[in-house]
Amino acid sequence: MDWDWTYTGDILPDLLDGLRLTVTATVLGYLIAVVLGLVWTLLRRTPSRVVNGAVRWITEFIRSTPLLVQLFFIYYVLPTWGITLGALTAGIIGLGLHYSTYTAEVYRGGIADVPRGQWEAAVALNLPRPRVWFDVILPQAVRRVLPTLGNYLIAMFKDSPLLLAINVTELLAAAYKAGSHSLRFLEPITLVGVLFVLVSVVSSILVRLLETRTHATD
Amino acid sequence: MTDVLDAYPQLLKGAWITVQLTLLGSALALVLALAFGLAGTARSAWVRALNRVYVEFFRGTATLVLMYWFFYALPLVGLRFTPMFAAVLSLGLNIGAYGAEVVRGSVRAVPRAQYEAAVALNLTPAQRMRRVILPQAVALMLPPFGNLVIELMKGSAIVSLITIGDLTFRAKQIQNSTGETLWTYVAILVLYFVIAQVLQLLVRLAERRVDRILGRRPGRARRRARAVAAEVGG
Amino acid sequence: MPPTETVPGDVPELPKKAAAAPLPAGDAPGLRFEKVVKRFGDTTVLRDLDFTVAPGERVTLIGPSGSGKTTILRLLMTLERPDGGLIWVGDDTLWHREKKGKRVPADQKHLHEMRKQIGMVFQQFNLFPNMNVLRNLTEGPVRVLGLSRDEAVERARQLLDLVGLADKIDAHPSRLSGGQQQRVAIARALAMRPRVLLLDEVTSALDPELVVGVQDLLRDIARESDLTLLCVTHEMNFARDISNRVLMFDQGRIVEEGTPEAIFDDPSEPRTREFLRAVRAS
Repeated sequence: MDWDWTYTGDILPDLLDGLRLTVTATVLGYLIAVVLGLVWTLLRRTPSRVVNGAVRWITEFIRSTPLLVQLFFIYYVLPTWGITLGALTAGIIGLGLHYSTYTAEVYRGGIADVPRGQWEAAVALNLPRPRVWFDVILPQAVRRVLPTLGNYLIAMFKDSPLLLAINVTELLAAAYKAGSHSLRFLEPITLVGVLFVLVSVVSSILVRLLETRTHATD
Repeated sequence: MTDVLDAYPQLLKGAWITVQLTLLGSALALVLALAFGLAGTARSAWVRALNRVYVEFFRGTATLVLMYWFFYALPLVGLRFTPMFAAVLSLGLNIGAYGAEVVRGSVRAVPRAQYEAAVALNLTPAQRMRRVILPQAVALMLPPFGNLVIELMKGSAIVSLITIGDLTFRAKQIQNSTGETLWTYVAILVLYFVIAQVLQLLVRLAERRVDRILGRRPGRARRRARAVAAEVGG
Repeated sequence: MPPTETVPGDVPELPKKAAAAPLPAGDAPGLRFEKVVKRFGDTTVLRDLDFTVAPGERVTLIGPSGSGKTTILRLLMTLERPDGGLIWVGDDTLWHREKKGKRVPADQKHLHEMRKQIGMVFQQFNLFPNMNVLRNLTEGPVRVLGLSRDEAVERARQLLDLVGLADKIDAHPSRLSGGQQQRVAIARALAMRPRVLLLDEVTSALDPELVVGVQDLLRDIARESDLTLLCVTHEMNFARDISNRVLMFDQGRIVEEGTPEAIFDDPSEPRTREFLRAVRAS
């Protein structure tokens, strides 16, 4: 079987529609991951042992179980509690929740890397607690971990095809649909594969550039 | 809830397939990681290029897309894989690419002085790698490898989408037969969690063993390993 | 640090008869540098360096840091590649080989052949942390020289006796003090029966109270063997004891050379006097 270019042209619009959903899910999911991850990290610094321990186990549980099963859980179990979500919304929440446990680790490392002297200086200035966090510690920590956070954006992009399992017509699902109409899977899936490699490789190069810049300004 | 527990033979069957996928996928990933990771430390620029192409390509692809490609697209050009083979191949190729970066980073993290001492003892290049550099690099590889095995285990859930009867696949079955949506998924998630915790325990035991062989205090080894992990972005 | 370090100067006297057994013996080659050039990036460390070391001669290189002394040892151990000139070990060139009457860059095989005569002890010991003391000593003899395991173990025992660490044979390097590690490293180098021994600031990384033990050991080895010895050190008393000849280096060139007495007691070059004054003051 040879590559059919006319067919490739025919399915392209469908694939682009799918790509739109893929990008939407990745970006919105990423926003959740970036914010929720920070919440996890800050909760783990609270003096309460109970909160600290609970957050530790919750994040550990989410991190060490499959994203796919979590998507099923959100999509199929929540409606039995009266919370019905659209497929895309469920997918975005699932992606964001899963990756928030990774970004939490990233923030934690970043905060640990802020020199002790910065804390001591803040205490010496008698700054109130929230000011210490939001004006002194976090800006430094986040700047340090920016490249790593960028890597997780790429990772989420690569995990977004899982959303097809809960009926989101993202890129891979669009390709699969196109393929099952004509029973030609070679062109659509190869195209999707090439697209993923291109986007990932280009964005890793961007992250590496960001990395050198972060190091340079340190 | 009891209905779900009654379905335990199915759960166990699914868990066993998940474990099998994890073991086979990890074995393939390990072989690829060593081969391509060591290629990344080679003197020849051509051999190093081999490492770059493999790593960039398979780190860049989404595992599910790769699996679909093996399963749906390749048969059309005459290559037909069993679902299990397509699954192990895509999981192994993907995690192997991350593993190759770990291997390359760990080998480079062994102090140059060790290489020099091996030269001074007139060991051949192969002996230097096999007897001196690799045994020390392995200590640095273990913690990130452990994380990768857990990633592979979690990633294996996608095989349910090409009809392999793993743990995730059983969820749909049990849900249909019992009508218990909540407890079905809770049971499945807990089983995955248990498998992950067991894997983590095994990794920690292995780390401790290597620490003892190298006469290291565990803390130091882990810090260095973390530095390597951070460097390879794993 | 483990408390088992022997008191300075407490290194066992060499048993006079047995000493010959573990120490390497045979014809030691001479060394010759011929217009050797070594650059690192833009800086030229050695420029057209010429000097000769006679077979069995013991030469110490002194001079300020960055003067190229260590580079000379590293060139001889094939850890650095020269950018020009020839290095002779006996009748052979180290970095070149003959091919159809022409001199071409050495391949791995030639380097492997040449390295058989040369051993080196490093400033930081560089013991292999993935092996215990015995394996550190037997690995080379078994893998490279092709000794049987029994022969290699026997050789290792004799050498550990010599360096006074027979009881540490099964210990892990990380359990030894710096001085003990360095003595194991010396034994490891001798186990390969080199004819040329290179000592690269072997006591610089040691705590002051451990220095004397290692120096005494090396002094004894130098006296009892007929190795060609090339030594880089900042310990002027040690240099005086161990060598027949001292070369004073500065900026990649030899400023002055002579017997230890001549150099240390009556140096003629101002640069040498200045350097010795600085070293003694510290």
